[in-house]
Amino acid sequence: MPKLPIYMDNHATTPVDLRVMETMLPYFTEKFGNAASRNHSFGWEAEEAVDRARNQIAALIGGKSKEIIFTSGATESDNLAIKGVLEFYKDKGNHIITCVTEHKAVLDSCRTLERNGKATVTYLKVDKYGMVDPDEVRKAITDKTVLISIMYANNEIGTIHPIREIGKIAKEKGVIFHCDGVQAAGKIPLDVEKDGIDLFAMSAHKIYGPKGVGALWVRAKGPRVRLTPIIDGGGHERGMRSGTLNVTGIVGFGKACEIAQHDMADENVKLLELRNKLQAGLFERLDEIYLNGHPTERLPGNLNVSFAYVEGESLLMGINDIAVSSGSACTSATLEPSYVIRALGVNEELAHSSIRFGIGRFNTEDEVDYVTDRVSKEVNRLREMSPLYEMAKEGIDLKSVQWKAE
Amino acid sequence: MAYSEKVLDHYNNPRNVGSFDKNASDVGTGIVGAPECGDVMKLQLKIDDLGVIQDAKFKTFGCGSAIASSSYVTELVKGKHIDEAMTIKNTVIVKELNLPPVKIHCSVLAEDAIKAAITDWRKRKGEPAEAEEKKAQAK
Repeated sequence: MPKLPIYMDNHATTPVDLRVMETMLPYFTEKFGNAASRNHSFGWEAEEAVDRARNQIAALIGGKSKEIIFTSGATESDNLAIKGVLEFYKDKGNHIITCVTEHKAVLDSCRTLERNGKATVTYLKVDKYGMVDPDEVRKAITDKTVLISIMYANNEIGTIHPIREIGKIAKEKGVIFHCDGVQAAGKIPLDVEKDGIDLFAMSAHKIYGPKGVGALWVRAKGPRVRLTPIIDGGGHERGMRSGTLNVTGIVGFGKACEIAQHDMADENVKLLELRNKLQAGLFERLDEIYLNGHPTERLPGNLNVSFAYVEGESLLMGINDIAVSSGSACTSATLEPSYVIRALGVNEELAHSSIRFGIGRFNTEDEVDYVTDRVSKEVNRLREMSPLYEMAKEGIDLKSVQWKAE
Repeated sequence: MAYSEKVLDHYNNPRNVGSFDKNASDVGTGIVGAPECGDVMKLQLKIDDLGVIQDAKFKTFGCGSAIASSSYVTELVKGKHIDEAMTIKNTVIVKELNLPPVKIHCSVLAEDAIKAAITDWRKRKGEPAEAEEKKAQAK
């Protein structure tokens, strides 16, 4: 019997790895210097630590350390990349290409620019697995296009986009390519150079580092990418992001990247085993369950499934000793289910029935067994209570029913 | 979001889950809501010739508050005359279950389910579905 509650929501955040925390500790008290203090040893010590972290982060993604700009997290990185590029290159054009399943940090940055008359945006559709078609990216490019923003891997369904192909198209057409790499960095092998990426957003807390620190990798050569800062001040981070560096957080971020790079191959073997076991177990014990996302091009720790005839929020309520996430946020008056799941073209009822499992470094086989059992039992209990399941068993086609909606 | 104790109780121990034969002459069935909205309630009432609700059963697809609202309603209507049941307002459910504002639609759905089930029973009895027939004729 595993210890309860079980955390299986590792796409949302992850616990800080103890090795990361130990590396951070001296930087709270003894080594507290400001990395921008150039004239004493406290500052030098801090600067050295930050430089070490830059190397560790750059090594993980295949960039150069001086190309790392530290931020407060990936939301800021996405904002900086999108708003900064559009502002800097406003004489060149104002068109952005992105896709409908991007994170809100990207979508809402685009919407703000649209609303302020600073950009026109093309939101590309995805296929039934949540993947963008590179040909659609190519077709959407106009002589006004200055930025393509496509995420590496999706945070809900784990689908990994054909980034290298999109990067190639961007290069060919001379368009800057921003990639939100939050879910991919440290999880799957990637290389910003080979992938043809120009801007890459990442976050420490998704890879067992601390919250409140992230980075934007900004290509310095071939081509040199320029940005107008969104925060003004002392001109830190090569003028792209002012503000005293969060040295402690950065040290932790660096260590987290080092561990991720070192352990990735082994860790992914384990994650895949656990994920596949969970998937196989649920599909064996339950009928009418559907995988959301790509069957193979998917993050190793991700499993997103819809349990037909069971509403997601009620299922979460029933498995309250397991922390997972529901695509169905039935808390608003509009009762909108996840926009990502809906973008896959699955019917609305299934969109209300989706659950995201995010398996991470610290999950165990025992936990997977417990979750499989608990979820299967609860789905069965709720199905016994579900009029839709009863109708389906009677052979009534739910689509043929005239529903009396509110 | 935290659920009230009463919602949790109804969710964990739902009262009167199940189905009656929907073709039986003393059974009224109300199905309200829609799958794409994330809520469907089926409420069935067994009503005697005097119009008194003898028994009630429900099945609900929806969030915990929707399940609790329908479960509570089955308890609430039992023993009541249909005329009285028709006057039950959703606010009674909101109060009993301490539903937050975002979940008020669950109580509205439960109120609608009672009305739909009684209307269905009346229709099969060929009883004062008259009113509706008149309406239909007027058109």
